[in-house]
Amino acid sequence: MTAIKKKKAVKTDSFSLEIEAKSANESFARMAVAAFVARLDPTVSELADIKTALSEAVTNAIVHGYRNSRGVGRIRIKGAVYEGGKVVLEVKDKGCGMADVELCLRPLYTGAPEEERSGMGFTVMESFCDSLRVRSAPGKGTTVVLTKRLGGGAE
Amino acid sequence: MEYKVNREGGVLTLSLTGELDHHGAASARTSLDREIRLAAPKKVVLELSQVHFCDSSGLGLIMGRYRCATAAGAAFAVKDPSPAVERIMALAGLGKIIKTERSVKI
Repeated sequence: MTAIKKKKAVKTDSFSLEIEAKSANESFARMAVAAFVARLDPTVSELADIKTALSEAVTNAIVHGYRNSRGVGRIRIKGAVYEGGKVVLEVKDKGCGMADVELCLRPLYTGAPEEERSGMGFTVMESFCDSLRVRSAPGKGTTVVLTKRLGGGAE
Repeated sequence: MEYKVNREGGVLTLSLTGELDHHGAASARTSLDREIRLAAPKKVVLELSQVHFCDSSGLGLIMGRYRCATAAGAAFAVKDPSPAVERIMALAGLGKIIKTERSVKI
């Protein structure tokens, strides 16, 4: 067997955006990310996947991350596109964090049952993206990294 | 989130327009439940053809209205879900619990 060396994909464009953790900003964040990703000429369904996954991550930061914080928290959204059509999005908050990430990733689990949450946020992110990474610790905030390859997953 | 109300016989149809995210769901929730309680219908129909975005918060709203209608003794159905609504309902397997009606297109 010959090992095929994978060439590291070249980052072509990137952005960083900070928004206030208010629900009115959810659609703003989606629109901004959709406009950024549009340069890769995504299909309607790919764009819907990205918007929905991003919306889940931002909503989690607002509903859970900053649920008990005084004042308005801030959410940092970073995005990058790579040669070959890979999109990487990072959503970071400085909220309360999660003690048990695995539990929170479980379908139908919700940390806010009183607020009529479906418990499907992370499941949506996982289903609509190629990969999902979550870094979190109590009191340390949460960072969610979403990766999606556009163009039918071809290299 | 805007909605229209139509009452015909014992059927209360609530037609939503806009984006069904956490923000939209929060603003619509209370007023939709009030409509259901006031009308005391035999059946509640949530018409979702004009919902152009729907995430898991929208899913929560649909499930919540299903519960509200059922608690009020009414039947419940989703009508003409947009593609955005349909994919998220399919992902959650909501079709097994909630009836979906489709208008016949001519």
